Amino acid sequence: MAGFGVEEKMSIIEINSLDKSFGGLSAVLNVNFFLEQNELVGLIGPNGAGKTTVFNLITGVYKPDQGSIIFNGQNITGMAPHAICARGIARTFQNIRLFNDLSVLDNVKIAAHKNVPYNFFSAIFRTPGFFKGEEIIEKEAMKYLEIFKLDDKKDELAKNMPYGEQRRLEIARAMATKPTMLILDEPAAGMNPQETNELMNLIAQIRREFKLSILLIEHDMSLVMGVCERIYVLDYGQIIAEGKPEDIRRNKRVVEAYLGEEGE
Amino acid sequence: MQILKNKFIRFCADVLILAALFTLVQYFITTGLLNQYYQINLASMCINIILSVSLSLINGFTGQLSLGHAGFMAVGAYASVILTQMLGQPFIAGIFAACLAAGVCGFIIGVPTLRLKGDYLAIATLAFGEIIRVTLQNIDYVNGPAGVLGITKLTTWPWLFAAAVITTLVVVNLINSSYGRAIISVREDEVASELMGINTTKYKVIAFVIGAMFAGLAGAMYAHFFYIIKPETFNFLKSFDILVMVVLGGLGSTSGAIIAAIFITALTAALQSFPAIRMILYALILIIVMIYRPQGLMGNKELSRQTFGRIWSGRKNEHNRN
Amino acid sequence: MLEFTQQIVNGLSLGAIYALIALGYTMVYGIIKLINFAHGDIMMVGAFVGYFSLTLLGTNIMVAMVTAMIACAVLGVIIEKVAYRPLRNSTRIAALITAIGVSLFLEYITIFLLGPSQKVFPESAFPIKAYDLAGLSVLNKDIFVVVSAVVLMLILQYIIKWTKTGKAMRAVSLDQEAAVLMGISVDKTISITFAIGSALAAAAGVMYGVYYSTVNPLMGIIPGLKAFVAAVLGGIGIIPGAMVGGFLMGLLETMVSGYGSSLYRDAVAFGVLILILLIKPTGLFGKDTGEKV
Repeated sequence: MAGFGVEEKMSIIEINSLDKSFGGLSAVLNVNFFLEQNELVGLIGPNGAGKTTVFNLITGVYKPDQGSIIFNGQNITGMAPHAICARGIARTFQNIRLFNDLSVLDNVKIAAHKNVPYNFFSAIFRTPGFFKGEEIIEKEAMKYLEIFKLDDKKDELAKNMPYGEQRRLEIARAMATKPTMLILDEPAAGMNPQETNELMNLIAQIRREFKLSILLIEHDMSLVMGVCERIYVLDYGQIIAEGKPEDIRRNKRVVEAYLGEEGE
Repeated sequence: MQILKNKFIRFCADVLILAALFTLVQYFITTGLLNQYYQINLASMCINIILSVSLSLINGFTGQLSLGHAGFMAVGAYASVILTQMLGQPFIAGIFAACLAAGVCGFIIGVPTLRLKGDYLAIATLAFGEIIRVTLQNIDYVNGPAGVLGITKLTTWPWLFAAAVITTLVVVNLINSSYGRAIISVREDEVASELMGINTTKYKVIAFVIGAMFAGLAGAMYAHFFYIIKPETFNFLKSFDILVMVVLGGLGSTSGAIIAAIFITALTAALQSFPAIRMILYALILIIVMIYRPQGLMGNKELSRQTFGRIWSGRKNEHNRN
Repeated sequence: MLEFTQQIVNGLSLGAIYALIALGYTMVYGIIKLINFAHGDIMMVGAFVGYFSLTLLGTNIMVAMVTAMIACAVLGVIIEKVAYRPLRNSTRIAALITAIGVSLFLEYITIFLLGPSQKVFPESAFPIKAYDLAGLSVLNKDIFVVVSAVVLMLILQYIIKWTKTGKAMRAVSLDQEAAVLMGISVDKTISITFAIGSALAAAAGVMYGVYYSTVNPLMGIIPGLKAFVAAVLGGIGIIPGAMVGGFLMGLLETMVSGYGSSLYRDAVAFGVLILILLIKPTGLFGKDTGEKV
């Protein structure tokens, strides 16, 4: 299924014949795909097609029944989520999962913890290294909040923020883990067209600035078609099409899969 | 640099306040103003503060419902007594042994159980706490169910004060660091935390072990103050007692845990001669607080300089308006 | 072999008592996801009602049991209304603490009213007879306990499987919101669950009184905990699981007391609990469900 002439380019992630079933029901079946460095790829499909399951398999929330996930030349199949995150994959969630009772700033600081610049005992004995380290963490966190225009809200509780800002905070938090690949699960869900537009510009900006590869699930077809360089279509847990947006638009199987599902 | 300087000034202020508190109480004790009755309650208060602050690290900040804290206290009590009474070692060695033994037990129990969630974890820890108690009942070396009597009284006010302050300091410093934020993120959303690169299992175990170590410390203090320890003292009702302090104080509030420990100890002392009424009252307080203020006294807020500052400036503003 | 069979006979009646208490735990957990720590104390109240019915009113044992069941059903409903219902939407830990509060309240109000000492169950209410069955010694109290427990369990099965109330209970425990949409009164169903669970505990309390011939205000704690272990063993929230778990716990305990050390009897219960939690937390009859992300 892989396109021709791409092998010479270095791919950041390669997913080979991934299988996952729940209680005998196949959720993901023989899924193969890859992302190149700095590519923005969309994963689309009707409701219940298994998109989020694919994300959960990549990030280690679920262990695949079969198949392998190679990230940056390393086999990360079956690793714990935090270990996968440590290797440079960060994600957001379809149903926002922020640390609700903590401040916006703390949300981002937590994601920066994996690079904490002081050790456990400096923390307990409050050595100068601790204060210096905290300053570094704070500066780092503020940098991401500024990019996502949340710096003036840093002391607000995450749960008290409007929906669109919660979505942005989730991406800021994911960025604070310093990923090389970002996985976004419906980042624009529930946003109005203007917010969506702004968000897409932001995503484009961080992709350039941080040389990110991005994998994106989105329901808003026009959005996916607009920003993604390549698209995979998932239906009943299987990839039924792959290609450039214009090819996907004309693909017969895709149209069939979506018929009666969405009006686009 | 300025920040560091401010921090240093605040640090000096804290030290001064604590030193003043310590000297004042010490003065009352030496002059005999604080009689035996008050000294006993003072000791219970400090021990309860250690217990409730250490459990609040596990239940309040890490969000892992543990009902076996008294078990770790028992381990600490027995370990320290074995060292000081049976092996003739100094108190400090007993204290270290208590923390170490309780910490090791915390690790052994924590690693397998902490992957359980919510109610299941609660009952598993309860069961482990009870197993510790029953095991102690069956060890002849420490007199089984009869327990150890006539323990030398080594726990004095300086020990109690130091133990309570160190416990609080370690927990507060830990919580207000990147490691603490990692721990709190486990409580907030374990899955999200794990996906943000936090090794949630590791931090749950760390919090559990530190909590257990301080429970062990409390056990050592208890054993060398009250002359006698027996397994029955450390049953699951004792664990409930500690849990109640943490929950009344507010899950995720160290100052709440301290205030609740002081309050519960005082209540217990005040109603000592009416044990049944005391327990009925205690039960009613629990039920009423849970119905009308389930987040506890402090919620997850802390009593801090800012709070006092706010109350102070609020008062002043009122004065100005008047 | 004979001794082994004898142990089984002894274990059965203890197991029947555990099973009856475990049923209440499991029903309440199944419907509102609350570990009702006060459940053992409801059993204690039932035992005392039975005791007073026998001594003050001079009723026979069957009437005493029915009186205890009715009284505790009412008590269970009141407890749920007053203490648990206001907390239905708050955190699990708040509900758990409240349950601990209710438990302490029941224990110490009983101590306050009746004193802490234990009371002897009148022997005349149930004169002990021993039967010899192929070399096995079977006491009439064993038969009484097992037979009444089995009858109550059959009645419970009938209620849950065949009556409208039972169907409502199952519906609410599966999906509360959907049950509301189907016109089921959730409040009423939960009340009924508490009533039935508490009545079963009361019956167990009277049986416990007959079995051990004493009652005291703190008698509910340990059997309550063990019945809870039984409920977890069978799979908490699953009714047949509680029955099987209860009998297994009773048998296991008599075996350990009979062959090992009775001092370790209590540790065994908790050891079983930990093993089941570590190996299969959902219990013997439970199904594993993963967390949705």
